[in-house]
Amino acid sequence: MTKPGKAFDNMVAAVADIPDGAVIAFGGFAGPGTPYNLTKALLAQGAKRLTCIANTTGGAQQPRMPDIGMLVENGQVAKVICAFTAATRPTDQLPFTPYYERGEVEAELVPQGTLAERLRAAGAGIPAFYTPTAVGTELARGRETRIIHGREYLLEYALPCDYAFIRAWRADAAGNLQFRLSQRNFGPLMAMAARTTIVEVEEPILPVGAIDPDQVHTSGIFVHRLVPIPPPPEGLWTTRRQERAK
Amino acid sequence: MSGWDRQQMADRLAREFQDGWIVNLGVGIPTLCSNTDIGDRDIIYHAENGVIGYGPVLPPGQEDLHLVNAGGQNVSLRPGAAIVHHADSFAIIRSGRIDVTVMGAYEVAANGDFANWRIGDAKGGGIGGAMDLAACARRVFIILEHTTRTGEPRLLRACNLPVTTRGVVTLVATNLGLFAPAGDGFAVRELAPGVSFETAQTATGAPLLPG
Repeated sequence: MTKPGKAFDNMVAAVADIPDGAVIAFGGFAGPGTPYNLTKALLAQGAKRLTCIANTTGGAQQPRMPDIGMLVENGQVAKVICAFTAATRPTDQLPFTPYYERGEVEAELVPQGTLAERLRAAGAGIPAFYTPTAVGTELARGRETRIIHGREYLLEYALPCDYAFIRAWRADAAGNLQFRLSQRNFGPLMAMAARTTIVEVEEPILPVGAIDPDQVHTSGIFVHRLVPIPPPPEGLWTTRRQERAK
Repeated sequence: MSGWDRQQMADRLAREFQDGWIVNLGVGIPTLCSNTDIGDRDIIYHAENGVIGYGPVLPPGQEDLHLVNAGGQNVSLRPGAAIVHHADSFAIIRSGRIDVTVMGAYEVAANGDFANWRIGDAKGGGIGGAMDLAACARRVFIILEHTTRTGEPRLLRACNLPVTTRGVVTLVATNLGLFAPAGDGFAVRELAPGVSFETAQTATGAPLLPG
Protein backbone atom coordinates (compact mmCIF):
# COMPACT_ATOMS: atom_id res chain seq x y z
CA MET A 1 0.00 0.00 0.00
CA THR A 2 1.20 3.47 -0.81
CA LYS A 3 0.30 6.58 1.15
CA PRO A 4 -2.75 8.44 -0.13
CA GLY A 5 -2.08 11.82 -1.60
CA LYS A 6 0.30 11.32 -4.49
CA ALA A 7 -0.48 7.81 -5.69
CA PHE A 8 -3.48 7.40 -8.00
CA ASP A 9 -4.98 4.08 -9.06
CA ASN A 10 -5.56 5.01 -12.66
CA MET A 11 -4.79 7.55 -15.35
CA VAL A 12 -8.38 8.75 -15.66
CA ALA A 13 -8.53 9.85 -12.01
CA ALA A 14 -5.11 11.55 -12.26
CA VAL A 15 -6.23 13.88 -15.07
CA ALA A 16 -9.90 14.30 -14.09
CA ASP A 17 -9.65 17.89 -12.80
CA ILE A 18 -7.74 19.42 -15.73
CA PRO A 19 -9.78 22.45 -16.80
CA ASP A 20 -10.38 23.93 -20.23
CA GLY A 21 -7.60 26.37 -21.11
CA ALA A 22 -4.88 24.58 -19.12
CA VAL A 23 -1.21 24.86 -20.12
CA ILE A 24 0.29 21.36 -20.15
CA ALA A 25 3.88 20.26 -20.79
CA PHE A 26 4.37 16.77 -22.22
CA GLY A 27 7.74 15.06 -21.69
CA GLY A 28 9.47 12.69 -24.09
CA PHE A 29 11.96 12.67 -26.94
CA ALA A 30 11.60 10.25 -29.87
CA GLY A 31 9.75 7.73 -27.69
CA PRO A 32 11.45 7.37 -24.30
CA GLY A 33 9.80 9.47 -21.58
CA THR A 34 6.62 10.15 -23.56
CA PRO A 35 3.48 10.05 -21.34
CA TYR A 36 1.27 8.05 -23.70
CA ASN A 37 -1.00 6.73 -20.96
CA LEU A 38 -1.76 10.13 -19.44
CA THR A 39 -2.32 11.55 -22.91
CA LYS A 40 -4.75 8.74 -23.70
CA ALA A 41 -6.65 9.58 -20.49
CA LEU A 42 -6.74 13.27 -21.45
CA LEU A 43 -8.20 12.35 -24.86
CA ALA A 44 -11.09 10.68 -23.04
CA GLN A 45 -11.36 13.44 -20.42
CA GLY A 46 -11.97 16.02 -23.13
CA ALA A 47 -10.57 19.31 -21.71
CA LYS A 48 -10.51 21.95 -24.46
CA ARG A 49 -8.56 25.08 -25.52
CA LEU A 50 -5.37 23.54 -24.16
CA THR A 51 -1.87 24.91 -24.69
CA CYS A 52 0.48 21.96 -25.22
CA ILE A 53 4.24 22.26 -24.73
CA ALA A 54 6.50 19.49 -26.04
CA ASN A 55 9.47 18.78 -28.27
CA THR A 56 7.11 17.77 -31.08
CA THR A 57 3.42 17.25 -31.72
CA GLY A 58 4.21 13.63 -32.55
CA GLY A 59 2.72 11.29 -35.10
CA ALA A 60 5.71 11.02 -37.44
CA GLN A 61 5.91 7.25 -36.82
CA GLN A 62 3.45 4.41 -37.31
CA PRO A 63 1.61 3.01 -35.48
CA ARG A 64 0.15 6.20 -34.08
CA MET A 65 0.34 6.59 -30.31
CA PRO A 66 -1.67 8.91 -28.07
CA ASP A 67 0.06 12.25 -28.63
CA ILE A 68 -0.54 15.98 -29.02
CA GLY A 69 -1.44 15.40 -32.67
CA MET A 70 -4.38 13.27 -31.51
CA LEU A 71 -5.47 15.94 -29.01
CA VAL A 72 -5.45 18.38 -31.94
CA GLU A 73 -7.51 15.98 -34.07
CA ASN A 74 -9.90 15.65 -31.11
CA GLY A 75 -10.48 19.43 -31.05
CA GLN A 76 -8.86 19.92 -27.63
CA VAL A 77 -5.92 22.17 -28.49
CA ALA A 78 -5.74 25.96 -28.98
CA LYS A 79 -1.96 26.28 -29.20
CA VAL A 80 1.22 24.24 -29.27
CA ILE A 81 4.72 25.37 -28.24
CA CYS A 82 7.22 22.98 -29.85
CA ALA A 83 10.66 22.63 -31.47
CA PHE A 84 8.99 20.91 -34.44
CA THR A 85 5.77 22.01 -36.12
CA ALA A 86 6.66 20.07 -39.28
CA ALA A 87 8.37 16.73 -39.86
CA THR A 88 12.15 16.69 -40.22
CA ARG A 89 11.84 15.00 -43.62
CA PRO A 90 9.98 17.31 -45.98
CA THR A 91 8.29 14.32 -47.63
CA ASP A 92 6.60 13.38 -44.33
CA GLN A 93 3.63 15.21 -42.92
CA LEU A 94 2.75 15.45 -39.24
CA PRO A 95 -0.94 14.84 -38.43
CA PHE A 96 -0.83 18.27 -36.76
CA THR A 97 0.18 20.15 -39.92
CA PRO A 98 -3.16 20.45 -41.81
CA TYR A 99 -4.87 21.82 -38.68
CA TYR A 100 -2.11 24.39 -38.34
CA GLU A 101 -2.26 25.36 -42.00
CA ARG A 102 -6.04 25.84 -41.81
CA GLY A 103 -5.56 28.13 -38.79
CA GLU A 104 -7.48 25.86 -36.41
CA VAL A 105 -4.59 25.75 -33.95
CA GLU A 106 -1.83 28.24 -33.12
CA ALA A 107 1.83 27.30 -32.90
CA GLU A 108 4.94 28.83 -31.41
CA LEU A 109 8.12 27.33 -32.84
CA VAL A 110 10.99 27.36 -30.35
CA PRO A 111 14.55 26.05 -30.73
CA GLN A 112 14.91 22.93 -28.60
CA GLY A 113 17.59 24.27 -26.26
CA THR A 114 15.60 27.46 -25.76
CA LEU A 115 12.52 25.38 -24.98
CA ALA A 116 14.48 23.39 -22.38
CA GLU A 117 15.96 26.52 -20.82
CA ARG A 118 12.61 28.36 -20.75
CA LEU A 119 11.19 25.42 -18.78
CA ARG A 120 14.24 25.29 -16.54
CA ALA A 121 13.99 29.03 -15.88
CA ALA A 122 10.30 28.72 -14.99
CA GLY A 123 11.16 26.04 -12.46
CA ALA A 124 14.09 28.01 -11.07
CA GLY A 125 12.41 31.34 -10.37
CA ILE A 126 14.09 33.13 -13.28
CA PRO A 127 11.68 35.22 -15.40
CA ALA A 128 13.77 35.59 -18.56
CA PHE A 129 17.26 35.12 -19.96
CA TYR A 130 19.43 35.98 -22.96
CA THR A 131 20.61 33.30 -25.38
CA PRO A 132 22.72 33.37 -28.56
CA THR A 133 20.39 30.84 -30.20
CA ALA A 134 18.31 32.06 -33.18
CA VAL A 135 20.01 35.48 -33.38
CA GLY A 136 19.92 36.66 -37.01
CA THR A 137 17.13 34.25 -38.02
CA GLU A 138 13.47 34.75 -38.87
CA LEU A 139 12.62 33.77 -35.29
CA ALA A 140 14.41 36.82 -33.90
CA ARG A 141 12.66 39.33 -36.15
CA GLY A 142 11.20 42.24 -34.18
CA ARG A 143 12.30 40.88 -30.82
CA GLU A 144 14.48 42.31 -28.08
CA THR A 145 18.20 41.60 -28.37
CA ARG A 146 21.13 42.92 -26.43
CA ILE A 147 24.88 43.04 -26.98
CA ILE A 148 26.67 41.54 -23.98
CA HIS A 149 30.46 41.38 -23.99
CA GLY A 150 30.43 42.04 -27.72
CA ARG A 151 28.00 39.30 -28.76
CA GLU A 152 24.32 39.63 -29.66
CA TYR A 153 21.77 37.69 -27.58
CA LEU A 154 18.03 37.21 -27.82
CA LEU A 155 15.70 37.73 -24.85
CA GLU A 156 13.62 34.67 -23.99
CA TYR A 157 10.95 34.39 -21.29
CA ALA A 158 10.41 31.55 -18.81
CA LEU A 159 7.67 29.07 -19.71
CA PRO A 160 5.63 28.14 -16.62
CA CYS A 161 2.97 25.43 -16.97
CA ASP A 162 -0.18 24.50 -15.11
CA TYR A 163 0.48 20.77 -15.49
CA ALA A 164 3.33 18.52 -16.58
CA PHE A 165 2.72 15.00 -17.91
CA ILE A 166 5.88 12.97 -17.64
CA ARG A 167 6.94 9.35 -17.63
CA ALA A 168 9.50 7.91 -15.23
CA TRP A 169 11.06 4.53 -14.63
CA ARG A 170 10.72 4.30 -10.84
CA ALA A 171 9.11 6.40 -8.12
CA ASP A 172 8.64 6.13 -4.38
CA ALA A 173 5.38 7.16 -2.74
CA ALA A 174 6.92 10.52 -1.79
CA GLY A 175 7.24 11.28 -5.52
CA ASN A 176 11.01 10.95 -5.78
CA LEU A 177 11.74 9.91 -9.37
CA GLN A 178 14.32 7.96 -11.30
CA PHE A 179 14.49 7.97 -15.07
CA ARG A 180 16.22 5.34 -17.15
CA LEU A 181 18.71 6.36 -19.89
CA SER A 182 17.34 8.78 -22.49
CA GLN A 183 13.91 8.69 -20.87
CA ARG A 184 15.13 11.58 -18.69
CA ASN A 185 15.16 14.29 -21.43
CA PHE A 186 12.61 17.03 -20.54
CA GLY A 187 11.13 15.20 -17.51
CA PRO A 188 13.04 16.90 -14.66
CA LEU A 189 12.61 20.35 -16.28
CA MET A 190 8.88 20.03 -16.88
CA ALA A 191 8.34 18.68 -13.35
CA MET A 192 9.96 21.87 -12.01
CA ALA A 193 8.13 24.21 -14.41
CA ALA A 194 4.63 22.96 -13.57
CA ARG A 195 2.32 23.76 -10.68
CA THR A 196 0.97 20.19 -10.83
CA THR A 197 3.21 17.38 -12.08
CA ILE A 198 1.58 14.07 -12.98
CA VAL A 199 3.85 11.09 -13.58
CA GLU A 200 3.15 7.74 -15.22
CA VAL A 201 5.55 5.24 -13.72
CA GLU A 202 6.82 2.05 -15.36
CA GLU A 203 7.71 0.08 -12.21
CA PRO A 204 5.33 -0.46 -9.26
CA ILE A 205 5.39 2.53 -6.87
CA LEU A 206 8.02 1.90 -4.18
CA PRO A 207 7.64 2.59 -0.45
CA VAL A 208 9.02 5.91 0.82
CA GLY A 209 12.75 5.60 1.33
CA ALA A 210 13.27 2.75 -1.15
CA ILE A 211 15.29 4.97 -3.50
CA ASP A 212 18.80 5.92 -2.38
CA PRO A 213 18.71 9.73 -1.87
CA ASP A 214 21.89 10.06 -3.91
CA GLN A 215 20.16 8.37 -6.86
CA VAL A 216 17.02 10.55 -7.01
CA HIS A 217 16.83 12.44 -10.33
CA THR A 218 13.78 14.57 -9.47
CA SER A 219 12.79 15.35 -5.89
CA GLY A 220 9.25 14.57 -4.79
CA ILE A 221 8.90 18.29 -4.02
CA PHE A 222 8.27 18.73 -7.75
CA VAL A 223 5.91 15.75 -8.11
CA HIS A 224 2.24 15.75 -7.15
CA ARG A 225 0.56 12.70 -8.68
CA LEU A 226 1.89 9.23 -9.49
CA VAL A 227 0.13 6.58 -11.53
CA PRO A 228 1.58 3.11 -12.15
CA ILE A 229 1.31 2.11 -15.81
CA PRO A 230 -1.10 -0.83 -16.11
CA PRO A 231 0.12 -4.03 -17.75
CA PRO A 232 -0.35 -4.46 -21.51
CA PRO A 233 -2.45 -4.01 -23.52
CA GLU A 234 -3.50 -0.87 -21.59
CA GLY A 235 0.10 0.05 -20.69
CA LEU A 236 1.27 1.25 -24.02
CA TRP A 237 4.31 0.94 -26.17
CA THR A 238 7.55 1.37 -24.30
CA THR A 239 6.22 -0.88 -21.55
CA ARG A 240 5.88 -3.63 -24.11
CA ARG A 241 9.04 -2.62 -25.88
CA GLN A 242 10.90 -2.59 -22.59
CA GLU A 243 9.77 -6.14 -21.85
CA ARG A 244 11.09 -7.18 -25.23
CA ALA A 245 14.44 -5.63 -24.34
CA LYS A 246 14.89 -7.58 -21.11
CA MET B 1 26.69 8.12 -61.58
CA SER B 2 28.86 6.58 -58.90
CA GLY B 3 29.82 8.34 -55.70
CA TRP B 4 29.28 7.66 -52.03
CA ASP B 5 26.22 6.10 -50.41
CA ARG B 6 24.85 7.47 -47.14
CA GLN B 7 27.10 5.43 -44.85
CA GLN B 8 30.15 6.26 -47.00
CA MET B 9 29.33 9.98 -46.75
CA ALA B 10 29.19 9.61 -42.97
CA ASP B 11 32.38 7.51 -42.91
CA ARG B 12 34.26 10.10 -44.94
CA LEU B 13 33.21 12.96 -42.71
CA ALA B 14 33.99 10.96 -39.56
CA ARG B 15 37.60 10.72 -40.78
CA GLU B 16 37.79 14.48 -40.10
CA PHE B 17 36.97 14.07 -36.39
CA GLN B 18 40.10 14.63 -34.33
CA ASP B 19 41.22 12.75 -31.26
CA GLY B 20 39.56 14.16 -28.14
CA TRP B 21 36.65 15.85 -29.91
CA ILE B 22 33.11 15.97 -28.57
CA VAL B 23 30.93 15.46 -31.63
CA ASN B 24 27.20 16.12 -31.84
CA LEU B 25 25.35 14.11 -34.48
CA GLY B 26 22.00 15.29 -35.85
CA VAL B 27 19.04 13.38 -37.22
CA GLY B 28 19.39 11.70 -40.63
CA ILE B 29 22.65 10.81 -42.32
CA PRO B 30 24.82 12.39 -39.55
CA THR B 31 23.75 9.73 -37.03
CA LEU B 32 25.42 7.15 -39.29
CA CYS B 33 28.79 8.60 -38.20
CA SER B 34 28.51 6.72 -34.90
CA ASN B 35 28.63 3.45 -36.88
CA THR B 36 32.03 4.36 -38.36
CA ASP B 37 35.14 2.62 -37.01
CA ILE B 38 37.12 5.47 -35.41
CA GLY B 39 40.18 3.36 -34.62
CA ASP B 40 42.27 4.66 -31.71
CA ARG B 41 40.72 8.10 -31.68
CA ASP B 42 38.97 9.04 -28.45
CA ILE B 43 35.75 10.67 -29.68
CA ILE B 44 32.66 11.33 -27.59
CA TYR B 45 29.37 11.34 -29.48
CA HIS B 46 26.77 13.66 -27.95
CA ALA B 47 23.05 13.49 -28.76
CA GLU B 48 20.86 16.50 -28.01
CA ASN B 49 18.56 14.43 -25.80
CA GLY B 50 21.31 14.14 -23.20
CA VAL B 51 23.14 10.97 -24.26
CA ILE B 52 26.90 11.48 -23.95
CA GLY B 53 29.25 8.81 -25.25
CA TYR B 54 27.17 6.61 -27.53
CA GLY B 55 28.23 4.18 -30.23
CA PRO B 56 26.73 2.25 -33.15
CA VAL B 57 23.02 1.68 -33.74
CA LEU B 58 22.09 -1.78 -32.42
CA PRO B 59 20.22 -4.42 -34.41
CA PRO B 60 16.67 -5.45 -33.38
CA GLY B 61 16.70 -7.70 -30.33
CA GLN B 62 19.90 -6.21 -28.93
CA GLU B 63 18.63 -2.70 -28.37
CA ASP B 64 17.69 -1.06 -25.08
CA LEU B 65 14.42 0.68 -25.78
CA HIS B 66 15.01 3.38 -23.18
CA LEU B 67 17.97 4.62 -25.19
CA VAL B 68 17.77 6.60 -28.42
CA ASN B 69 19.96 9.06 -30.30
CA ALA B 70 18.75 12.34 -31.84
CA GLY B 71 17.11 10.39 -34.66
CA GLY B 72 15.23 8.04 -32.34
CA GLN B 73 17.47 5.10 -33.24
CA ASN B 74 18.36 2.61 -30.49
CA VAL B 75 22.10 3.04 -30.01
CA SER B 76 24.74 1.43 -27.79
CA LEU B 77 26.66 3.18 -25.03
CA ARG B 78 30.46 3.24 -24.93
CA PRO B 79 32.40 2.86 -21.66
CA GLY B 80 32.32 6.16 -19.75
CA ALA B 81 28.94 7.22 -21.13
CA ALA B 82 26.69 9.57 -19.16
CA ILE B 83 23.07 10.71 -19.28
CA VAL B 84 21.93 14.27 -18.53
CA HIS B 85 18.58 16.05 -18.88
CA HIS B 86 17.75 18.37 -21.75
CA ALA B 87 18.79 21.63 -20.07
CA ASP B 88 22.21 20.23 -19.21
CA SER B 89 22.54 18.76 -22.70
CA PHE B 90 21.96 22.19 -24.22
CA ALA B 91 24.18 23.81 -21.58
CA ILE B 92 26.97 21.66 -23.03
CA ILE B 93 26.02 22.96 -26.48
CA ARG B 94 25.47 26.63 -25.64
CA SER B 95 28.63 26.95 -23.56
CA GLY B 96 30.75 26.00 -26.57
CA ARG B 97 31.90 22.55 -25.49
CA ILE B 98 30.87 20.80 -28.71
CA ASP B 99 33.87 20.60 -31.05
CA VAL B 100 31.74 19.89 -34.10
CA THR B 101 28.06 19.46 -34.83
CA VAL B 102 27.15 17.42 -37.89
CA MET B 103 23.74 18.16 -39.37
CA GLY B 104 21.61 17.47 -42.38
CA ALA B 105 20.35 20.42 -44.43
CA TYR B 106 18.16 21.38 -47.38
CA GLU B 107 20.68 23.94 -48.66
CA VAL B 108 24.23 25.16 -47.95
CA ALA B 109 25.67 28.40 -49.31
CA ALA B 110 29.22 29.26 -50.34
CA ASN B 111 29.35 31.88 -47.56
CA GLY B 112 28.72 29.21 -44.91
CA ASP B 113 25.00 29.90 -44.40
CA PHE B 114 22.74 26.86 -44.26
CA ALA B 115 19.01 26.15 -44.19
CA ASN B 116 17.42 23.13 -42.56
CA TRP B 117 14.30 24.19 -40.68
CA ARG B 118 11.59 25.31 -43.08
CA ILE B 119 10.69 24.46 -46.66
CA GLY B 120 9.60 27.29 -48.95
CA ASP B 121 6.21 28.66 -47.99
CA ALA B 122 5.36 25.94 -45.46
CA LYS B 123 3.70 27.38 -42.37
CA GLY B 124 5.39 25.03 -39.91
CA GLY B 125 9.02 24.13 -39.49
CA GLY B 126 11.32 21.75 -37.65
CA ILE B 127 14.09 23.50 -35.79
CA GLY B 128 14.86 20.89 -33.17
CA GLY B 129 18.27 21.62 -31.74
CA ALA B 130 19.75 22.95 -34.98
CA MET B 131 19.77 26.67 -34.11
CA ASP B 132 21.31 26.12 -30.67
CA LEU B 133 23.94 23.83 -32.13
CA ALA B 134 24.83 25.95 -35.13
CA ALA B 135 25.08 29.14 -33.08
CA CYS B 136 27.29 27.65 -30.38
CA ALA B 137 29.31 24.65 -31.58
CA ARG B 138 32.93 25.34 -32.48
CA ARG B 139 32.44 23.92 -35.98
CA VAL B 140 29.46 23.05 -38.17
CA PHE B 141 29.73 20.24 -40.73
CA ILE B 142 26.85 19.37 -43.04
CA ILE B 143 26.00 16.06 -44.73
CA LEU B 144 23.41 16.11 -47.50
CA GLU B 145 22.60 14.67 -50.91
CA HIS B 146 24.24 16.92 -53.49
CA THR B 147 20.96 17.57 -55.33
CA THR B 148 17.23 17.39 -54.59
CA ARG B 149 15.10 14.50 -55.79
CA THR B 150 14.32 16.54 -58.90
CA GLY B 151 18.01 17.24 -59.57
CA GLU B 152 18.18 20.83 -58.29
CA PRO B 153 21.47 21.79 -56.61
CA ARG B 154 21.60 22.11 -52.82
CA LEU B 155 25.07 23.71 -52.73
CA LEU B 156 24.35 27.30 -53.74
CA ARG B 157 25.75 30.84 -53.93
CA ALA B 158 23.09 31.91 -51.42
CA CYS B 159 20.34 30.04 -49.60
CA ASN B 160 16.83 30.40 -51.02
CA LEU B 161 15.18 28.98 -47.89
CA PRO B 162 15.13 30.70 -44.47
CA VAL B 163 18.56 30.20 -42.92
CA THR B 164 19.18 28.32 -39.69
CA THR B 165 22.43 30.17 -38.90
CA ARG B 166 24.65 32.42 -41.00
CA GLY B 167 28.26 31.88 -42.01
CA VAL B 168 29.09 28.88 -39.84
CA VAL B 169 29.51 25.87 -42.14
CA THR B 170 33.14 24.90 -42.80
CA LEU B 171 32.80 21.44 -44.37
CA VAL B 172 30.16 19.66 -46.45
CA ALA B 173 30.01 15.96 -47.34
CA THR B 174 27.71 14.89 -50.18
CA ASN B 175 27.33 11.79 -52.34
CA LEU B 176 29.74 13.48 -54.79
CA GLY B 177 32.55 14.44 -52.42
CA LEU B 178 33.85 16.67 -49.70
CA PHE B 179 33.55 20.45 -50.13
CA ALA B 180 34.46 23.53 -48.10
CA PRO B 181 32.50 26.80 -48.35
CA ALA B 182 35.01 29.41 -49.55
CA GLY B 183 33.04 32.63 -49.94
CA ASP B 184 32.56 32.83 -53.71
CA GLY B 185 32.33 29.11 -54.22
CA PHE B 186 33.10 25.72 -52.73
CA ALA B 187 36.65 24.38 -52.52
CA VAL B 188 36.78 20.75 -53.61
CA ARG B 189 38.52 18.81 -50.85
CA GLU B 190 37.91 15.41 -52.38
CA LEU B 191 35.72 13.84 -55.06
CA ALA B 192 34.01 10.50 -54.47
CA PRO B 193 35.18 7.58 -56.64
CA GLY B 194 33.97 7.87 -60.21
CA VAL B 195 32.89 11.53 -59.87
CA SER B 196 34.58 14.02 -62.18
CA PHE B 197 35.08 17.70 -61.42
CA GLU B 198 32.75 18.54 -64.32
CA THR B 199 30.02 16.23 -62.99
CA ALA B 200 30.25 17.85 -59.56
CA GLN B 201 30.26 21.37 -61.05
CA THR B 202 27.14 20.67 -63.12
CA ALA B 203 25.34 19.53 -59.96
CA THR B 204 26.40 22.58 -57.94
CA GLY B 205 24.77 26.02 -57.85
CA ALA B 206 28.04 27.88 -57.17
CA PRO B 207 31.55 27.77 -58.65
CA LEU B 208 33.72 24.85 -57.56
CA LEU B 209 37.30 25.75 -56.83
CA PRO B 210 39.91 23.06 -57.51
CA GLY B 211 41.56 21.56 -54.41
